[in-house]
Amino acid sequence: MPDATAAASGDERIKKRSRFREALIRPELGGIAGTIVVFALFLLFAHDSGMFSSQGVMNWSQVSAQFMIIAVGACLLMIAGEFDLSVGSMIGFAGMMIAIFGVTLGWPMWLAILTTLAMTLAIGALNGLIVVRTGLPSFIVTLALLFILRGFTIFLPQLIERKTIIGGIKEAAEGDWLAPLFGGKILTGLFQWMGEIGLISTFERGTRAGQPVVDGIPMLIVWALGLVIFGQVLLTKTRFGNWIFAAGGDAQAARYTGVPVSRVKILMFIFTAFCATVFATCQVMEFGSAGADRGLLKEFEAIIAVVIGGALLTGGYGSVIGAALGALIFGVVQQGLFFAGVESSLFRVFLGVILLFAVILNTYIRRMITGER
Amino acid sequence: MANKKPIVEMKNIEKHFGSVIALAGVSLDVYPGECHCLLGDNGAGKSTFIKALAGVHTPTRGEIYFDGKPMHFDNPRDPIIAGIATVYQDLAMIPLMSVARNFFMGNEPVRRVGPFQFFDHDRANRVTMEEMRKLGINLRGPDQAVGTLSGGERQTVAIARAVYFGAKVLILDEPTSALGVRQTSNVLATVDKVRKQGVAVVLITHSVRHALAVGDRFTVLNRGKTLGTALRGEITPEELQDMMAGGQSLAALEESLGGTI
Repeated sequence: MPDATAAASGDERIKKRSRFREALIRPELGGIAGTIVVFALFLLFAHDSGMFSSQGVMNWSQVSAQFMIIAVGACLLMIAGEFDLSVGSMIGFAGMMIAIFGVTLGWPMWLAILTTLAMTLAIGALNGLIVVRTGLPSFIVTLALLFILRGFTIFLPQLIERKTIIGGIKEAAEGDWLAPLFGGKILTGLFQWMGEIGLISTFERGTRAGQPVVDGIPMLIVWALGLVIFGQVLLTKTRFGNWIFAAGGDAQAARYTGVPVSRVKILMFIFTAFCATVFATCQVMEFGSAGADRGLLKEFEAIIAVVIGGALLTGGYGSVIGAALGALIFGVVQQGLFFAGVESSLFRVFLGVILLFAVILNTYIRRMITGER
Repeated sequence: MANKKPIVEMKNIEKHFGSVIALAGVSLDVYPGECHCLLGDNGAGKSTFIKALAGVHTPTRGEIYFDGKPMHFDNPRDPIIAGIATVYQDLAMIPLMSVARNFFMGNEPVRRVGPFQFFDHDRANRVTMEEMRKLGINLRGPDQAVGTLSGGERQTVAIARAVYFGAKVLILDEPTSALGVRQTSNVLATVDKVRKQGVAVVLITHSVRHALAVGDRFTVLNRGKTLGTALRGEITPEELQDMMAGGQSLAALEESLGGTI
């Protein structure tokens, strides 16, 4: 916009901001810097640990993709000014319901998945409705749901099957049309070819001899990338995205100008539930079983990824790309420490430290944007 | 002005909160292109009166006419749709969001791409810069966050937004109360520009000087009652000040303070 810059230069009192500061006030900054640092460190100290072989890359990509799926939902919800602490329990609950419908009751897998999805979306809507109607902090409301859902996830399989893990999902999903959308792999032909020309290593012995060690991109990763792109476009390129920012920035101000704040918040709770269900479905398809303890602490991991990605806990500011990078950092470090042979409990120390840094950086950035001192 | 019809008429508005009579029959009318100042001390009922017009309070008694038609405003959306915009002290602005995003909040322009609708950022940015320049504010860019603007500039964004989205009546609730001298004069100049575009302005203030600077007519409220409406030139600042103080002469006090109020 040439005319805009001409107008801006008209006022001599407006200081020219340096490129550095201009770049600093992007929500993704922390995520970008963190990603570079993390990759640099692991390339330097763990390059020969197998972490960057095709199998290693696939390993941390999958872990990162898991974090990404729930981080996208948590990110949009946090920008809209709310939290959902029931994400982890929702993952356990959704997986268990798929197993109960699909295995115990013997429904076709597509029906089990869709019924579960309908249930979780309804629970997400309930979360949102309670928060919007009562005006209570979403922290408390979803904390209640965290316990309620986890309780049912443990109680139901014990009641029906007298155990807390239900297996046999892979067999039940055999030949189903919907299940491969979560448990399948794409580009298998491409990977086969890459194995043949020696781009990626192949198995030398056993039943899979000659096949590439990585035989395709799991749908989990496709979902993660799809959701990140969807979230980013929704947030930055649509009017609904503007409403998400507005609802979290100042709900009262948004209402004054006619933004349907309640609807926006409820929809974001539903979307978070959707992401949790996608996560759960991919997980049960991969493992072939549903466990009552699945998804434990995932709500906090999602929130940490979002905060590392530059979103403000108070809402109204953040980035989906940032949250995705936060999830990538998360996955790379968790798996990288494993490859590097570092004691895995130190991962938690790392998490706490990086979270603290991220929050301090975010607060500083917020002060720069709003001009507070 | 006699040959024009008022755009808003409020007749004998009463508002009771339980046993408290906040407004005991207040009337006011505004013409297009006029700045009507509503003066009064704290607690005089200015805000209650204006909230009746803004749809926040439903009056206990009395009538509101807009463009000659009787209106019943039950919620803040109704007046906005009719063309009555209120710029509150807290401004309905979100500091973390850019000026352009704030400007179009709730009224985002969209661009169709196939079956999808996208926020038309180019148009939003262009219009925002244009409208702000018209009112004498040079933004660093449309993506500048509202939080970096001064209080006066934020008022101007809020006013520009209301006018751009077709407000015929603009209610300004104490727009100058928290501003410095320079910023106050900027906001008053904005009011003047907006009025010349044919918008009716209701300016609420307790500063006689600010009212006299831009007002065409002045209505003084005291303890829930109106003490009459005066035309510009018919009334002196001292008289206005005395009316706001409830008819008691401030002369004695003024003397001892050396004429500083």
